[in-house]
Amino acid sequence: MAPSPPPPGIAIRNAGLEYGGVALFDGLSLEVPAARWTCLLGPSGVGKTTLLRLVAGLEGGAAGEVAFSDARPGTTRLAYMAQQDLLLPWLTVTENVMLGARLRGERNAALAERARALVARVGLADYADALPDACSGGMRQRAALARTLIEDRPVVLMDEPFSALDAITRLQLQELAAEMLAGRTVLLVTHDPLEALRLGHSIHVMTGRPARIGDALRPPGAAPRPAGDPAVLAQQADLLARLTAAAAETAQ
Amino acid sequence: MTAPAMVPARLRPLAIFAGLLAVWQVVVLLTDVPPFILPDPLRVARSLAENAELIAGHAAITLTEIVAGFLIGTAVGMGSALAMSYFRPARRWLMPVLVVSQAVPVFALAPILTLWLGYGMESKIAMAVLIIYFPVTAAFYDGLRRTSPGWVDLARVMNASRWAQLRHIRLPAALPALGSGLRVAAAVAPIGAVVGEWVGSSAGLGYLMLHANARVQIELMFAALFVLAIIACVLYFTLDAAVRRMLPWQPEPTPDEDTR
Repeated sequence: MAPSPPPPGIAIRNAGLEYGGVALFDGLSLEVPAARWTCLLGPSGVGKTTLLRLVAGLEGGAAGEVAFSDARPGTTRLAYMAQQDLLLPWLTVTENVMLGARLRGERNAALAERARALVARVGLADYADALPDACSGGMRQRAALARTLIEDRPVVLMDEPFSALDAITRLQLQELAAEMLAGRTVLLVTHDPLEALRLGHSIHVMTGRPARIGDALRPPGAAPRPAGDPAVLAQQADLLARLTAAAAETAQ
Repeated sequence: MTAPAMVPARLRPLAIFAGLLAVWQVVVLLTDVPPFILPDPLRVARSLAENAELIAGHAAITLTEIVAGFLIGTAVGMGSALAMSYFRPARRWLMPVLVVSQAVPVFALAPILTLWLGYGMESKIAMAVLIIYFPVTAAFYDGLRRTSPGWVDLARVMNASRWAQLRHIRLPAALPALGSGLRVAAAVAPIGAVVGEWVGSSAGLGYLMLHANARVQIELMFAALFVLAIIACVLYFTLDAAVRRMLPWQPEPTPDEDTR
């Protein structure tokens, strides 16, 4: 169920951003190809989340440009999944999943039906009417994923969406996300090299301060790739080596 | 966690009430204090029964003043908090007003308000409004200001209008803080009304107490005070229950494990 107009690519050009006099970004550029999964890895604090927020239009003070390949503004075509689940404690799981529609005044029966189905898809059928406080961290994260998927946006920004999950659930939800978001432009921040290798069409490592973004690593084969695939495992070792180097560099 | 309770939680208020009455009685018995200084509970109860109609009439007036003051003060306070959180000029101009409303003692303003608004209910309502304006405004403003920025960011990415952000995110997020403000307001609103009645009035429990005191009807004074205390308690617990109902997602610590 890909959206009707083709999803746009995103070009981040010459981004500059300072926090407390320290330049986080200075002339940072990144091409996010259309209808592909782009994964961003890198040590903590390097600015991955900030880059995602920049694309989402949430970093007001940034210099540079975020352009969408079809030259239309991006703000109504984004879905954003933050590192925290950001579930509203006064809404049930299903109501949280439908938050976007609630905020835009678009709730209707068909959407409620889709929300129910999606809540079941992420394995929360028994908790559909529970408040978030009754859910474990992993369940909350699944609800947040459903809330992101139901938005049905051509561009999806995700910040470590699966980090709070146990290994099995993580694999399941990665597959669900890969299936539901096939054909979308996805920018995924993760700290898990295996996740990037399973899901990404191109993988970038972000490093240093001000941050730089390395050349894309392009794993072969269609995503989601099996976690046990020898090619995936070989590349994982390579990627870990790159990340170790990046961590050392950023820490300096 | 909860220790095995000797008294069920529901009966606790009754037990406290009975305990206070007992202390009162014991103090009277032990000190042998004359009834015109401290009458024992039985005398007060008798006076309460004899003057039930008189006390009820005055209580109705005081209750009206308290409730009206509470409602108006809450509305004005919430309005101020909303204005302050959305308009920078309102923040600049209202913040000093807010501080002044709290810094000037209500006792000092009572004669002035009575002078301006007369001996009727208006001056007492104004007093109650004034005394609860600060807790309501400060608590609600704080709640609005502390809305998790993550929620607001999420709402922005979801293309929520400012109004939708307020209605679906900021307001519910600020409700627990507003609830704390309202609890304080419910506890102090009676002070405003009664102070007003003391300074100048012709009706209300505060008036009745002064009047009875002047005529050495000490039992009647205590009966009026007793009713006033009951009104204040009922008001507080009613509001507390309402706030809890409004906030089912907000786990309230019970008094046993209250660590806040």
